Amino acid sequence: MLILECPYCGVKAEETELAAGGEAHLKRYGPGSSDDEFHDYLFMRENPKGVHFERWRHANGCGKWFHAARCTMTLEVFGTYTAQTSVPTQEILDKIAAKRPGWTWREFSDGQK
Amino acid sequence: MKRYSVFAVAREALRYHTGWERAWRSPEPKRHYDVVIVGAGGHGLATAYYLGKNFGITNVAIIEKGWLGGGNTGRNTTIIRSNYLQDPSAAIYEKARSLYETMSQDLNYNVMFSPRGVIMLAQTEHEIRGYKRTAHANQQQGVQTEWITPERVKEIVPIINLHGPRYPVLGGLWQERGGTARHDAVAWAYARACSDMGMDIIQKCEVTGVRTENGRTVGVDTTKGPIDCDKIGMIVAGNASVLSEMAGFRLPMESVALQAMVSEPIKPCMDVVVMANTVHGYMSQSDKGEMVIGGGTDGFNNYTQRGSFHHIEETVRALVETFPMVSRLKMLRQWGGIVDVTGDRSPIISKTPVQNCFINCGWGTGGFKSIPGSGWAMAELMATGHSPLTEEFSINRFKEGKFIDESVAAGVAH
Repeated sequence: MLILECPYCGVKAEETELAAGGEAHLKRYGPGSSDDEFHDYLFMRENPKGVHFERWRHANGCGKWFHAARCTMTLEVFGTYTAQTSVPTQEILDKIAAKRPGWTWREFSDGQK
Repeated sequence: MKRYSVFAVAREALRYHTGWERAWRSPEPKRHYDVVIVGAGGHGLATAYYLGKNFGITNVAIIEKGWLGGGNTGRNTTIIRSNYLQDPSAAIYEKARSLYETMSQDLNYNVMFSPRGVIMLAQTEHEIRGYKRTAHANQQQGVQTEWITPERVKEIVPIINLHGPRYPVLGGLWQERGGTARHDAVAWAYARACSDMGMDIIQKCEVTGVRTENGRTVGVDTTKGPIDCDKIGMIVAGNASVLSEMAGFRLPMESVALQAMVSEPIKPCMDVVVMANTVHGYMSQSDKGEMVIGGGTDGFNNYTQRGSFHHIEETVRALVETFPMVSRLKMLRQWGGIVDVTGDRSPIISKTPVQNCFINCGWGTGGFKSIPGSGWAMAELMATGHSPLTEEFSINRFKEGKFIDESVAAGVAH
């Protein structure tokens, strides 16, 4: 059973208390963006076999959205962090680097590889 | 290849079964093939088979990182149906269903296709309208289905509880020629036929890279060394994103776990497949007597081939409501598979941004029933560059907004 700690209320919540919200840190494109940008934002996903940044909502708890870093191959949770960021925090990146030496991820600035 | 027949069984019975040969060869890979298929599951093997049978392309390797049919082909609930609303889905699933009808004869291998009938229960007013609409659409498409009353449902499935605590049974969508088949046998049958045509099935060989030159695919790197090829077909279900990344493009896809389980074997009690999509559970009885039960997908990305426990609980709860007699059954086995779910939950059978690289994925929770149709269409696409069955399933439909408006995967409200 997947257990994530809500960074807001501090509760260690198991998955029936949470709602999964899919891949995190997608850049949200607005009016004036190209078809390709909308396409990638709406549909294209990294879907990695390994470290995955994702959004969760503490639905049956405090109700707040937060971020989590998790391995999709082992279900190991590296940690959870605030929703008020458009890139993973240095703290969570350090935690991942400690457990997965040499791991790299896409550029976060533009939501593209 | 020695044909299987009643005479072969008799002959072998007289000589202590010493004369059976292996169903397929396990050769070392050659340096070059015309076509490399990545993934020896049902879809991959079917593609290879129809490449050979329909187009005479037999210099083919089918590469599998695990063992043949060990992924979702061996992990599903073996249901076969084609009662879809939209034309493109109905066309390819009905093609598949009709190929299942004669598969045992075509492949000289008993795949135990059992057209026992499939009922999808309507348990809300929305479902009544939805299924009646589907039944009308199916008439236009030439798919034989009909809307049936609750009384008829009870007649077909005596163990059902029409007046459940949460949702009564208000009718059903009945496909009489839907049913089940032996899933392993489907993979084995195709593998035997492919091997007989001279194709190489290479198991325990993982693809580690896809080589491209000037935007064209030229081969793959594997744990058994590099293999050159003119065309590559990626048919790896849940691992499609991993493989597409090797080739340098992304997919509109996420991989999640879907679970199933079987009960202890009991005497025959239900000779059809029943799907209850509102309460979310589906069940059939295998020839061994086990109740085969399918559940729901998890909400989060997952490659572990095991799902969350609470989904088992939800599925079992739904089935106990619908079939009170199963409440005291013990469950024997439970397992998970990694299904590839696209943005509109319909499959992708398509060319890719890389030339001569084709992809067949996104079947999600509806892969087994489509195996022959998917292989047929994919082979046509790979051989000729065009297949009428795959037109609507192009990877470009997300960019063009031409979605297939149907939760094709299982018709189940995941």
